[in-house]
Formats: sequence, C-alpha cells, structure tokens
Amino acid sequence: MSNSVIEVPPKGGFSFDLCKRNEMLAKKGVNPPSFRKTGTTIVGLVFQDGVILGADTRATEGPIVCDKNCEKIHYMAPNIYCCGAGTAADTEAVTDMVSSQLQLHRYHTGRESRVVTALTLLKRHLFNYQGYVSAALVLGGVDVTGPHLHTIYPHGSTDTLPFATMGSGSLAAMAVFESKYKEGLTRNEGIELVTEAICSGIFNDLGSGSNVDVCVITKGGKEYLRNHLQPNPRTYTNSKGYSFPKKTEVLLTKIIPLKEKVEIIEGGDAMEE
Amino acid sequence: MQIFEYNGSALVAMVGKNCFAIASDRRLGVQLQTIATDFQRISKIHDRLFFGLSGLATDAQTLYQRLVFRHKLYQLREERDMKPETFANLVSAILYEKRFGPYFCQPVIAGLGDEDKPFICTMDSIGAKELAKDFVVAGTASESLYGACESMFKEDMEPEELFETVSQALLSSVDRDCLSGWGGHVYVVTPTEVKERILKGRMD
Repeated sequence: MSNSVIEVPPKGGFSFDLCKRNEMLAKKGVNPPSFRKTGTTIVGLVFQDGVILGADTRATEGPIVCDKNCEKIHYMAPNIYCCGAGTAADTEAVTDMVSSQLQLHRYHTGRESRVVTALTLLKRHLFNYQGYVSAALVLGGVDVTGPHLHTIYPHGSTDTLPFATMGSGSLAAMAVFESKYKEGLTRNEGIELVTEAICSGIFNDLGSGSNVDVCVITKGGKEYLRNHLQPNPRTYTNSKGYSFPKKTEVLLTKIIPLKEKVEIIEGGDAMEE
Repeated sequence: MQIFEYNGSALVAMVGKNCFAIASDRRLGVQLQTIATDFQRISKIHDRLFFGLSGLATDAQTLYQRLVFRHKLYQLREERDMKPETFANLVSAILYEKRFGPYFCQPVIAGLGDEDKPFICTMDSIGAKELAKDFVVAGTASESLYGACESMFKEDMEPEELFETVSQALLSSVDRDCLSGWGGHVYVVTPTEVKERILKGRMD
C-alpha cells in the first residue's frame, strides 16, 4: 500500500506550513510585510444604567491611512460589545470566534451570555498564544449580574475597571477620563464624556483619526451610534469633479454578455426513495 | 528587500452605479528586471465576482488555485454561486489560518451582490478585511493609487465614466512606480455584461 497523503481541509485553528519557507526568506534578508494595525483610541465607561463604549475609525498600514471609516466596536452578544486595538486581523478574528462560541453557549444553556464568560474565553485564547495574537480589547456589557467593563491585554491579563482606555491614543483619552469621570453619570453625560475622550485621541494621536463611534449598552438593550460625531469632514471636494476630455488609449476590448439565469421550477414531485 | 516589492503590482477596484470596475497593471518582474508584460492579476470566480491578487506572484497563484477549488466545492454543494460577501469571508479565513506564516499577497475582491449592488473589499496579508463604499487599492503603487482615487472618484458613475476614471487613476499611479506598469487590464462589470479592456501605457 502506498503512503498517499490526501489533503483534507483542516479542522480549524492555525496552520504553520508556510513558516519554514518564510523563515528561509527572512534569513536571506527578505523583510516580512507590515500588517494592518488599528492605531486607535478605544474607551469604555460604566454609567448609572450600564456601559458606554467608544472608538475612533481610522485603520493604518504603516504610515498610510488605509480605511478612513472602519468599525472597531465588534458585536459579541446582544448585550455585550467589544472594542479592539492592535493588529486588525487579530481583533476581528478573535472577536468573531468568541462571538460564535458565546452563541453556541447560549444555545447550550438557554440563558443570556455573561460578560465574564466572554472575558474568560478571550483571555484563555490570548494567553494560549503568548501575546503573538496581538489584540488589545475593551470588553463591556450588561448581564443579569449588572454592568461590567474589562480590558484585555495581548498577553492575556485582564483588568476590571469603571473606566478604561486602550490603543495608541489611550493616554490622551485617559487624561480626559481621569479629570472628568465621576460615578453615577447619566446617559447624555456619559456619551459626552466618551466623545470628548475619543476626540482627544483623534486630534492628539497620529494613529487615531476620522470619526467617533459610540455604543450604549443598558439592561433594556443596546444603541450603536455609528459615526456619532464626524469632526473631520472632507471639505475640499471639487463640486465639478474630474472630467477627462482625452480618452484613455485602449488596445483591445472584449465584451462578454452575461447569460440570463433561467430558473427551472419543478412541478413539485416528491423524490422517489 | 521587501517581499512585496519582489514582483511589483498595482490593483484598484472602484464602485459605480450598479456596476464596478477592477483594474491591474500587467508587469511581472524579478526585482528590477521585467520578465513578462502580459501578466494576469485579475481572475474570474464566477460571472459576477472577480478578484485580483497583488504581492508575491507565486503565493498569488497558489492562493488563486486554492480559492477556485473551494468555490467549485461550494458550487457542487450549494448548487449556486458564492455571494461576494461570503467569498470575502472565505478569503479572510484562509489568510488568517496562516497568521504566523502568511501568504505574501493582498487580495482585492469585487463583485455584484444581491439586487446588483456592487461590493468591493481588500485585505492585508493576514485577512483583515477592509470594506469600502468607494474604492480599494493594493500593490506597490498603492500610495499613489490612494491619492489618485481620492481625488478622481465621484459617486454613482455610469460604466463608461467609471472606466475612464479607473484607467486614469491606474495609469497615473503606475507611472510613478518603477515596479508596476506596462499597460493596464480593466474589467468593468454591469449586471448584463463584462467589458474587458487592455490599456496602452508607458512601456518603462
């Protein structure tokens, strides 16, 4: 019998088969590419009825802004949201994965998800990869035990706080929080404070920019205010736009008409066993 | 030496009114030597979904073969074509699987979704999706492409105007990049037809 290796699609998790080749390239002086980071200012605070999360919307690739309006507040459960900073692919993948695990857990237990469940799932995953999965998260939500706000660092350590900031703009945002935060804020005061903290990150940190996203989570439900504030609108557009009087030179044109898809509706015969 | 600058590439996709355009340059090089001037970077997955791969050409070819394989399996199982959003998720998952030993490619995906709504998306080499409503760029000429598209883009362009805009943005950007160029390859896709055009550019 010959030893044939059939390539089956992997069952999940990371695959390391290109690592040897990449290491060989690195030894030959080929530098690995830079990954898209989210620069970022992300914040969260606990107010009298729940939790408010805020984030900026700039995604960077080295010094270039690759996305001027990305979403950094990720859905985890109907009552739990998570802001992510660090490598964009890592934050997206980790939050999507834990969101699916929470959904399965909800089906299994028949109960609403708790914030500590999400917290434990996230920190176990991140610690498992010893900080190589570079995701710094601010997790907030309201469950049966009340409102909770946590920060999770890439190596897997967590903090439980009444107000938190993460990302490259965290110092700018924390300065605002430390001077103006007090317990028992109302909804509007909370939103205003979060917006001010994010704006402080947007204007003072180079890795954060564009608009402010806010998410308010209370016992009754959640309110996702996408682009709640847009302090950097594009004001220099030429209303006429560009027009090209001289056409581009074309060497070859090929037109492929797309066939109309014909739907065959059967007479509804049952399948013969 | 940067790995992304080994072969050189330029890719751009733009959204118009119920249509989209995806364009690439045609040069394949080995650092500073040009070895082909008719390299295909954009491939068709199905009639309403195109995608291009920039970066290292060998990884681009491998990734393209894997994606075509996965799409064909999907077609057999589901008896229909993949939606562009689903395909983008598939590409993102395949790239993230190799998080610690990645493919050196940056894909650009463009397709017509439900109700002929155009969908474009790009990712970095580990699958971080960037969904844009106007345009996406990738490749060694990406910085120039960002600038050109940012100024030339208009909302709701008709297919002919969209073709003109994409071509001008591509040609002007690759002229400022040594590693990409030698013409352009533009696909403009509307719900009824696919127009493939080859552009004449500077041969240097």
